[in-house]
Amino acid sequence: MLGQIIYAVPFLAQGFAVTLWVSLLVVVLSLIAGVLLGVGLVYGPAPLRWAVRIFSDTIRGIPILVLMFFVYYGLPAIGLHLPSFWAAVCALTLFKTAQVIEYLRGAVGSIPKGQSEAAMAIGLTFRQRLTYVIFPQAFRRFLPPWINGVTDAVKGSALVSLLGITDLMQAINQVIGRTYEAMPLYILGALIYFAVNYALSLASRRLERRFSFIRE
Amino acid sequence: MSEAPNASPALLDMRDVSKAFGAVEVLRSVSLQVKRGEVVTVIGPSGSGKTTLLRCVNFLESYDSGSIRIDGKEVGFRETATRQRRSERDLAAMRAETGMVFQSFNLFPHLTAAGNIMLGLTKVRGKKEAEARSIAEHWLGRVGLAHKADSLPAELSGGQQQRVGIARAVAMEPKILLLDEITSALDPELVGEVLAVVRSLADDGMTMLMVTHEMAFARDASSRIVFMADGEVSAVGPPKEILAAETSNERLRTFLARFRASHF
Repeated sequence: MLGQIIYAVPFLAQGFAVTLWVSLLVVVLSLIAGVLLGVGLVYGPAPLRWAVRIFSDTIRGIPILVLMFFVYYGLPAIGLHLPSFWAAVCALTLFKTAQVIEYLRGAVGSIPKGQSEAAMAIGLTFRQRLTYVIFPQAFRRFLPPWINGVTDAVKGSALVSLLGITDLMQAINQVIGRTYEAMPLYILGALIYFAVNYALSLASRRLERRFSFIRE
Repeated sequence: MSEAPNASPALLDMRDVSKAFGAVEVLRSVSLQVKRGEVVTVIGPSGSGKTTLLRCVNFLESYDSGSIRIDGKEVGFRETATRQRRSERDLAAMRAETGMVFQSFNLFPHLTAAGNIMLGLTKVRGKKEAEARSIAEHWLGRVGLAHKADSLPAELSGGQQQRVGIARAVAMEPKILLLDEITSALDPELVGEVLAVVRSLADDGMTMLMVTHEMAFARDASSRIVFMADGEVSAVGPPKEILAAETSNERLRTFLARFRASHF
């Protein structure tokens, strides 16, 4: 069993790198898009709010797998051919963006209206109010669900294997295809995913404690 | 259009300001002038539009018609025929000229007392950190909280928080200070310390427009009292005149009688 694991390590390492790369792309892109659209949802003019609301509700109502197949197999019908890697990243990012929008709305919505008004009253512009008053306070509420979402993204990235991308999941399957020893490899794979996500949630707990200055 | 400063002798000049929330008219053609150095108090039953009036002055609320000028400059709208709302940047600059103190303090909980005061000084007034800090310390000293500069709002009593709120507003050197029922959320024993600060600012010549239920304070500190009822200015005059029990204004008489009954 140890021999199989040692044999598998180089394959898995490559797959693991792909898993981390996909996760990182999805997390960063969805954070940027989600925060921007979330601000649009909370503060934007009515048409923008509706558009974001419809986007978020629609995307969150579709299984990620369906979304991924839609982007990869469906979009070519309208002339949009994405390579499998980018189709997968795109689908996962869309899904994660919809979640980030909701985290942001919840976090910003929890800040009393008086905070914005006090910030307006001293003459801060919209951008300054967000930067110096709203976001620093909303951050603490945004963080726990968002880190949760990051671990979901790492786990969910295993779906990209279904588009034939050799991520950690696919690498495990390939090794099993050669050795016919499923059990040790799946255990190893599970441990790797767990290690990443456990590290993330530990980091999250430390961060939360650091930002616990705000009275509930 | 030219924006002549001091076109009107009044620092704050509200003319025929009307505002409705849906079908409810909260302000009906309200006109009110506040001269430099004057302390004007607005009283009236709840729902009479006092707070809305105050919030229109720094455009936390928009108004439907009429004009509000501070130092001759229209507050919320461009001075064109189309009554276009000012840009975000313009509005921010206008609001920096008025200070506001809130009923619920609204201190920034993630910043210290000094940090609350410094935020506007550094980001709006463009002052250096060290200068902002020394201005913050000066004003904290003025409100008797020099020793609390590095305390977070959560570590302060309500009265102390409100005094920081006042310091935050006046440190910006506003042309006019708006006080919105600033003692209503305080325990009775903490009201005095806050009113003492307001009193000392008045003595220094700060122009103020305040909404309050503290009639004794209104009587002692105001140059004039405005009585509002149903969105209208029902009576204006010196405190003695307005608060006289035998006023001929029936709505005012009812209000004062009710007020005396509930406050002995």
